[in-house]
Amino acid sequence: MELSKQYQTENQTGTLPKKGFDFKDFFQLITQSKSVLIGGAFVLVVVICAIFAPVISTHDPYEMNMSERLLTPMEDGHILGTDQYGRDLFSRIIYGARVSLEVGLVSVVLAMVIGVTLGLVSGYYGGWVDTLIMRVVDIFLSFPVLLLAIALVAALGPGIENVILALGFVYWTNYARIVRANVLAIKEEEYIQAAKTIGSNDFRIIFLNILPNCLAPIVVVATLGLGTAIVSEATLSFLGLGIQPPESSWGWTLAFGMKFIREAPHLSVYPGLAIMFTVLGFNLLGDGIRDLTDSKLKRN
Amino acid sequence: MNSNILEVKNLKTTFSSRKASFNAVDGISFHVAKGETLGIVGESGCGKSVTSLSIMGLVKPPGKVSGDQIDFNGVNLLNLPKREMRNLRGNKISMIFQEPMTSLNPVYSVGEQIGETLKIHKKLKGEERKRKVVDLLKQVGIPRADEIYDNYPHQLSGGMRQRVMIAMAMACDPQLIIADEPTTALDVTIQAQILELMKDLQSKKGMSMILITHDLGVVSEVCDRLIVMYAGKIVETGPVKEVLNNPSHPYTKGLLASLPKKGHKEKRLHFIPGQVPAPANWGKGCRFSDRCPYTMSQCETSLPPLMKAGEAQESACWLIPDEEGSTHNGFIEATR
Repeated sequence: MELSKQYQTENQTGTLPKKGFDFKDFFQLITQSKSVLIGGAFVLVVVICAIFAPVISTHDPYEMNMSERLLTPMEDGHILGTDQYGRDLFSRIIYGARVSLEVGLVSVVLAMVIGVTLGLVSGYYGGWVDTLIMRVVDIFLSFPVLLLAIALVAALGPGIENVILALGFVYWTNYARIVRANVLAIKEEEYIQAAKTIGSNDFRIIFLNILPNCLAPIVVVATLGLGTAIVSEATLSFLGLGIQPPESSWGWTLAFGMKFIREAPHLSVYPGLAIMFTVLGFNLLGDGIRDLTDSKLKRN
Repeated sequence: MNSNILEVKNLKTTFSSRKASFNAVDGISFHVAKGETLGIVGESGCGKSVTSLSIMGLVKPPGKVSGDQIDFNGVNLLNLPKREMRNLRGNKISMIFQEPMTSLNPVYSVGEQIGETLKIHKKLKGEERKRKVVDLLKQVGIPRADEIYDNYPHQLSGGMRQRVMIAMAMACDPQLIIADEPTTALDVTIQAQILELMKDLQSKKGMSMILITHDLGVVSEVCDRLIVMYAGKIVETGPVKEVLNNPSHPYTKGLLASLPKKGHKEKRLHFIPGQVPAPANWGKGCRFSDRCPYTMSQCETSLPPLMKAGEAQESACWLIPDEEGSTHNGFIEATR
């Protein structure tokens, strides 16, 4: 290895290392990765749409106009056409970003918090704790995911908050299993032993020494999970368990558009594109962030 | 009070499964004086590392540590509550590992990792902690310490990483350092530098050290006293010079004879035939008996205790002369 490093002359300035967060460094880091730039841009567009929906949208998304039903894109000033009730599709998609983002992000965070914590505990302590948690995971996995979500929403009552709760509660098992598997390997590493010898307690070892080492798979599962959550919300809404009309989400619009797939394919295509665009953005962003935060790939 | 920082009496570390249990460390007693370096040598699997983990209280289940006492500065570590044990670790007793490549956490910069010890035990914060870490890095001979602070472990060479490990171990000025084969993974020139550094820091700070190794060369350079372990037992102990110049146990002799010598003309190096017996095969007698060239009938039936074999030297072999001098000494001389 770089033996010569040891013989390099000593720097006599005696300065302390730079501290903390540096915006310039951060910006430089981001621009190193194309996927962070592209993914970030995608996500940014979606977030801006969600926040500034009233400004961006051209029509009232809830206003029906039977004389303008099923217009094709660019007809009569409707950028993406209208749906079966004559509502402006573009405006509905812009407003739908709010619901879809909320459902996607919050349910993923919820699932992540539950799953990662239980996975860490399960993998680190092993024994009966591990057995107990993993059997619970098995029970969850033995149900078809959507059926379980439907049952939960049915029990809690329809509504967007309950959909979020249900999705978070259904998808946590992915995180728990992946994190546990990683912890099993990482906890045997010598640096964990070393952490014990300097007197770290279990909490410190689990959250400060083990968790950062399994971030990469967590980020991957989370970015993929985001797409799944958005689509699952669509399914639940389609069954009347999610958002309630006249509100709209992408999934809901897409699902209802399917009825008119021959006459007006744009009704399903554009919400679908919006979902794809968002999920792609988050995936690219997640991948890029993982690469950038991987200390092994860091350049000097 | 005595001048011993660590006194271990009849330490037993037992690993048990449903079918069987065995003592990886089987009733050993030793002490470490203040400022002294104690070497523990022996083949792989003879209980060296388990001894050190037992002292640190880090033996994982199903392993269990028992025995009469592990007295550290008047505190018996054997029945110390977990929390107090944690306060000792890294603060009063610290450890250096064999593999500098894997004993640093890859996701933190080396500066942060050294600072961790100071954060836990000294509650140092911000600038003050950084200053101390940079200072520690300089003490272990790392050039451009302020730049290396922000480097990640993979950016450093093996020797540098071991220096970082040493800085971590020294951070809170511990009274005892346990170094588990600290130079085994390094190449020879770096080994010498690291040993030099450890010796130097030890004498500056007046620490005691337990050096676990299977390299007798390292022992002769660094240690004051020596323990030779075999199959969970101490077979010979004494001042390094006495033991190395005048080994009394056949195992020690075998180890020394196995070292290649300058001007060695024979084609094959000396070796001890056979291998360390598995704990299940430890008989009633001397555990070295099946590999020993001097085995007598007595060796197979009863386990020899540690007996005086020189001024400060003790050895667990039936060939050692007892007080009256009714000995097998002549026999040893003849076969040496």
